[in-house]
Amino acid sequence: MKGNSFFYCLGQGFKGIKRNKVFFLASVATIAACVFMVGILLAVMMNINFVLKEAQDSVSITVFFDEDLNEAEIKEIGKRIEAWEEVSKIEFISAEDVWATFKESYFKDNPELAEGFAGDNPLASSASYAVYFNDIDQQKTIVDRLSSLTGVRKVNSSEVTANALSDVGKIVSIISLVIGVVLFCVSVFLISNTITTGITVRSEEIKIMKYVGATDFFVKSPFVFEGIIIGLIGAIIPLVILFFVYRSAISYIVNQFNTISDAFSMMPIAQVFTILVPVALILGAGIGLIGSIIATNKYIKV
Amino acid sequence: MIRLENVSMTYDDQHTYALNHVSLTIEDGEFVFIVGDSGAGKTTLFKLLIKEMQPTSGEIFVNGKAVTRLRRRKIPMLRREIGVVFQNFRLLKDRNVYENIAFAQRAISAPTKDINKNVAEVLTLTGISEKYRSFPDQLSGGEQQRVALARALVNKPSILLADEPTGNLDPGNSRAIMEILEEINRRGTTVIVVTHNHEIVRMMNKRVINLKNGMVANDIQEGGLAYER
Repeated sequence: MKGNSFFYCLGQGFKGIKRNKVFFLASVATIAACVFMVGILLAVMMNINFVLKEAQDSVSITVFFDEDLNEAEIKEIGKRIEAWEEVSKIEFISAEDVWATFKESYFKDNPELAEGFAGDNPLASSASYAVYFNDIDQQKTIVDRLSSLTGVRKVNSSEVTANALSDVGKIVSIISLVIGVVLFCVSVFLISNTITTGITVRSEEIKIMKYVGATDFFVKSPFVFEGIIIGLIGAIIPLVILFFVYRSAISYIVNQFNTISDAFSMMPIAQVFTILVPVALILGAGIGLIGSIIATNKYIKV
Repeated sequence: MIRLENVSMTYDDQHTYALNHVSLTIEDGEFVFIVGDSGAGKTTLFKLLIKEMQPTSGEIFVNGKAVTRLRRRKIPMLRREIGVVFQNFRLLKDRNVYENIAFAQRAISAPTKDINKNVAEVLTLTGISEKYRSFPDQLSGGEQQRVALARALVNKPSILLADEPTGNLDPGNSRAIMEILEEINRRGTTVIVVTHNHEIVRMMNKRVINLKNGMVANDIQEGGLAYER
């Protein structure tokens, strides 16, 4: 498309909106409703994933070492583990730390009993590493890899927790995807119907364009631009509403449900909108684009 | 040049012929009337020439292009060679005269600098220059048909197809439109007029192709005066 034709079609897109205000409002309202629903779904799913990720991040594997290894040798192995790409971080727990924690738990009421072990740590061979990883699905691989290391005596992991968290994560992803696809299809159907109604009024214009030798691309362009403009406006409105709704929801939950907010935190608004804004804009423009192409195809075969 | 070779067009039941083995040739620069009763096949012929319809059988050639075998994406190129005018003008009500005509130029992606010049030219040719800012509803039927003619001509087609161009006009305006068509033809454009208006046909004294039941009943060269229903 030549430059002047591009601007002509873009201008016609805006003029089309101006000429058909009722159709414009109906289309924007339809897209806004759809994007709003998708936005709420996305925000909820992102928060579920956020909480799951926090839970998954707290899951670790504990690695114990052979009794004859000294701390320097253990730390050397630790360095190698830390370099693995599936490992996010490691924490060293020395035998002294383990003994201190044990003493605190078991000899709290009778500290004199622990005195008998002064200078002879009964848990001397309990130095360990807590290994945290990037993806909970990789736990088994990491456990196998750790077990095969020379100097490693024992590897402790909670397969049940990891599997449960992994399964919940997958279920949430599938549900989000299914609902998202259904909402997208419903939106395209609704908007193509709305745009079809708008285009029916202008079918004469399309026919005349075709009679004077306009290409299908040229005929469609103003309607496609119009669809995209409507889609973008239809996305911006729910984004603004969602911003205030989300902000209010965070402060309401924090104020009203202290127990919940202590147990887990909601995803920060900036983080949510970093994802939500591009998704909503692409979704709005996409619905407008596909809807207008479907609608114009019905009238273009002249 | 337009050539139809054994063209037939049947509707869904395969037995009703809109056109029945029609063969004819229209040379460059001719002025031809296509006449016939309702249902004779005039509008079908019109639609076949601009490939709005595909014939059931036969071949159609327009300026050397095999219309029947033309790919869909090539249809716009064919239509740029054929200007079309309709009985009911088919103007865009929400655009003024200038915009209605310029619209045809925009549709073929004409350079902006040429549009003003070309629109001004056809406005002068069709005698509607002073109304270029008016909207269709502010114009008489004759004026609206002049605008439709200007729009059909602005892309400089080699063929002008007019479907009942005087159907909604009084005798005075009908004659005026015919004079413009004659002038366009004098300038080298092939003009084909589909009409019911026998008075106009006789007055113009041009070639007449008479369709009856989808067939060419007679083809009278420069014989408008001789034409009788």
